[in-house]
Amino acid sequence: MPDTTFDLGTTPLRELNAALHKASAESNARRWRVLNPNGRHAVAVGIHAPLTVEIEGNVGYYCAGMNAEASIIVHGNAGQGVAENMMSGFVHVKGDASQSAGATAHGGMLLIDGNASARCGISMKGVDIVVKGSVGHMSAFMGQSGALIVFGDAGEALGDSLYEAKLFVRGTVKSLGADCIAKEMRDEHKALLHDKLTAAGLAGSVDISEFKRYGSARNLYNFHVDNVDAY
Amino acid sequence: MTAHSNVPRTPPRFSATFDPATLAEIRRAAATGIYDIRGAGTKRKLPHFDDLLFLGASMSRYPLEGYREKCSTEVVLGTRFAKKPIHLKTPVTIAGMSFGALSAQAKEALGRGATLVGTSTTTGDGGMTAEERAQSQTLVYQYLPSRYGMNPVDLRKADAIEIVIGQGAKPGGGGMLLGQKISDRVANMRNLPKGIDQRSACRHPDWTGPDDLEIKIEELREITDWEKPIYVKVGASRPYYDVALAVKSGADVVVLDGMQGGTAATQDVFIEQVGLPILAAIRPAVKALQDLGMHRKVQLIVSGGIRSGADMAKALALGADAVAIGTAALVALGDNDPQWEEEYQKLGTTAGAYDDWHEGLDPAGITTQDPVLAARLDPVKAGRRLANFLSVMTLEAQTIARACGKSHLHNLEPEDLVSLTIEAAAMAGVPLAGTGWVPGQTGGY
Amino acid sequence: MCGIVGLFLKDQKLEGELGAMLASMLCTMTGRGPDSAGFAVYGAGAPGQVKLSLRAAKGYDFPALAQGLSVPADGVPALSIRGTHAVIEVPAAREAQVRAFLAARHPEVAVVGSGTRMEIFKEVGLPSAVAEAFALPSMRGTHGIGHTRMATESAVTTAGAHPFSTGTDQCLVHNGSLSNHNGLRRSLAYQGMTFETENDSEVAAGYLTWRMKQGASLGDALEAGLKDLDGFFTFVVGTESGFGVLRDPIACKPAVMAETDQYVAFGSEYRALIGLPGIDTARVFEPEPATVYFWERAQ
Repeated sequence: MPDTTFDLGTTPLRELNAALHKASAESNARRWRVLNPNGRHAVAVGIHAPLTVEIEGNVGYYCAGMNAEASIIVHGNAGQGVAENMMSGFVHVKGDASQSAGATAHGGMLLIDGNASARCGISMKGVDIVVKGSVGHMSAFMGQSGALIVFGDAGEALGDSLYEAKLFVRGTVKSLGADCIAKEMRDEHKALLHDKLTAAGLAGSVDISEFKRYGSARNLYNFHVDNVDAY
Repeated sequence: MTAHSNVPRTPPRFSATFDPATLAEIRRAAATGIYDIRGAGTKRKLPHFDDLLFLGASMSRYPLEGYREKCSTEVVLGTRFAKKPIHLKTPVTIAGMSFGALSAQAKEALGRGATLVGTSTTTGDGGMTAEERAQSQTLVYQYLPSRYGMNPVDLRKADAIEIVIGQGAKPGGGGMLLGQKISDRVANMRNLPKGIDQRSACRHPDWTGPDDLEIKIEELREITDWEKPIYVKVGASRPYYDVALAVKSGADVVVLDGMQGGTAATQDVFIEQVGLPILAAIRPAVKALQDLGMHRKVQLIVSGGIRSGADMAKALALGADAVAIGTAALVALGDNDPQWEEEYQKLGTTAGAYDDWHEGLDPAGITTQDPVLAARLDPVKAGRRLANFLSVMTLEAQTIARACGKSHLHNLEPEDLVSLTIEAAAMAGVPLAGTGWVPGQTGGY
Repeated sequence: MCGIVGLFLKDQKLEGELGAMLASMLCTMTGRGPDSAGFAVYGAGAPGQVKLSLRAAKGYDFPALAQGLSVPADGVPALSIRGTHAVIEVPAAREAQVRAFLAARHPEVAVVGSGTRMEIFKEVGLPSAVAEAFALPSMRGTHGIGHTRMATESAVTTAGAHPFSTGTDQCLVHNGSLSNHNGLRRSLAYQGMTFETENDSEVAAGYLTWRMKQGASLGDALEAGLKDLDGFFTFVVGTESGFGVLRDPIACKPAVMAETDQYVAFGSEYRALIGLPGIDTARVFEPEPATVYFWERAQ
């Protein structure tokens, strides 16, 4: 049973977010339920306490934006930029996610049961993203660190201008972006993948040996004139 | 023999098109295969505030008595939606400059100087340092496409949030911080490997365009409980439309940066060839605010080549609410100071012309991450120098405003100005001195 | 910069509610486009007749105009007035003649579109006010598209509002910003196309019309647009029998679609779709970049 229920059909969004910001690790109300999100933007953003927030329905842009510590579960689809710039915690989208899921996120885990569209994990800075479906084009563009794990397929230009983010794709990759290459899947990578899947609660649900690893060729790390075609 | 030497000869003559600087650049490009990257702003001569003059009071207007009759300078920014607007004692702020581009000491000095005179300073690409937060009474936190160092803890510590869409040095461009300046601390703040070139994106990763910006602004307001003013910064290129769209997207404050604005590391071709001089950008921006009924309700901060109280007074007269300085602030801290001439010479340049800010070798210890060089800048003393300079700017602007009979800097108007050149008259929309002629005033931007 | 909605019905039972559903979708997109709004509805049509959507100043005497267009053989053309717009029906054979007459004698009246079934309405103001002014909720039809506009580089005027008609029974709405429309406008003008505004979207519409005049199908014209139109766009295009969607290869501008047995719906944001019947179990997806989508009614 939730400690607190907010119905966005009758309560302004501002009150929900303000209440979530006031809650802390010591609060009595640790389990929250949000009804009738109806595709609203900026639902449950900026939380910085170990709360559990269950959102019953589809959300718009930037749900769980800048999340720290909280577990946020979306029982529906999420719009653009879900869990953007997340610092820590766990965000679980039960449906599909739109563009730029987990953009620039620094930490925590973003789990998407369905598909994520374009630019999933763009500029990711340490977050772990697990997508049980497929991801769209330009995913992990300029990814700096963290891991993007895709059970399905990846669209065009995966990992373009990649830094040190680690990419694992089980299905097909339509094309690799500039400076992104397939890499050998050694034991340490299998162990890493296993750890991430365990953290997502998915250990044993897929065969780790089916994944391929992709990472930066590091050819664009320092400018060289012979690489201008890649710019 | 002698007869022959008496024949007049054509002296060597350089081409105006292929002048020595152009020839040198062609040779440099041929040798390296990379465009020239440098810091600082435009070096070419542009129509600027120098081309405008104030009409002091005499018979038809009455001046105010200096030092006795008050000429107020305070400004409030972010009155549209924010619960906690920014109150500044003087309408000159410090523009966004990153830790990474600048040393931690320089960032701290900027905070100290701004705080001494009651104004704000701004973070940059790379996040907020503890030093600058601690020493800045009012700190604006930049929200940039790269989101390097962006985190909600610092966001809540900030006094205002500035969403950067572009900057005057490179409207439409991203950034490039070369590997030499990616020290351990910078690398750590930006989640990057040490020593590699750091590319900054030119578009935000999770929104594109004003219709989506409106939603991004809502998110930032929700995260910060609608307390903090949201600024939107654009490089001057299509100011009428950009300012109108910033207002429609829900900005509290618009920051408009002319092409003279400095930069940490950008292609020379971008710095010199893209954007508008600030003189040409202010009137269209103000017109957009007026057309929407938002002039003075959504505040306008202009920057790019502001060097003095006179520049500030002219910008305010053209309709700005405040100005921001970057390069002038660095010079006040000690950038390009002749005391380091010997070292500038070793770097193949001279004090006043040094612009290789991206190489991290700044003898003045400002645009560097080298601990030995950075230690040369005493943040307390440098902060004091900046405060002195800001005070002089304020006094100069007050002097002019009083002479024009104004009891507040904001009461300066375009009609208090005339222009010395036809170009400036057209760009600033004020008459050529001694005439009633405003070239090109047929409406529309 | 804008919000787009589109609704294509598969289930005839919903046709009476098309306008109401579209109005609700349109109003949800107010934040994306507070400057002006517009929509096209594909309703009933009579064989051999063409509907001209006309726009004039508030209070314009459309009945007098219709009288002026009457000819002994056909009588006074059927006229339906909604706010500042009116739809008149004339025999298709007479369309060119009527247009020429309007252009020559009634410059105060703009023809915003024509088709056997398409009617276009657009006006400056908030989407809710625009929908109300034209009584959109009362309209019935098989499909429709709508647009809310946040003007970027051209004026906030009714002429600059979307949809832009691209030809008989064809119209286009756009979200994004083109970067080569000025050059394209000049080259299309050289080919004889005329443009009413400085709007980039009107150039996109004109481009498609021009391609189709050259014999291309709508699908081919959209494909060609991927090469010739530079910049950022999501287009939704209406035709007599269906509607199409196209996003540029970068695909930054948002697009969400939902499909059920009863309809296909498009929204710039998901929340535009939430009022639709059965949305919770609909197949919700985002159109792929640089891919032409088209839904067509069984004839």
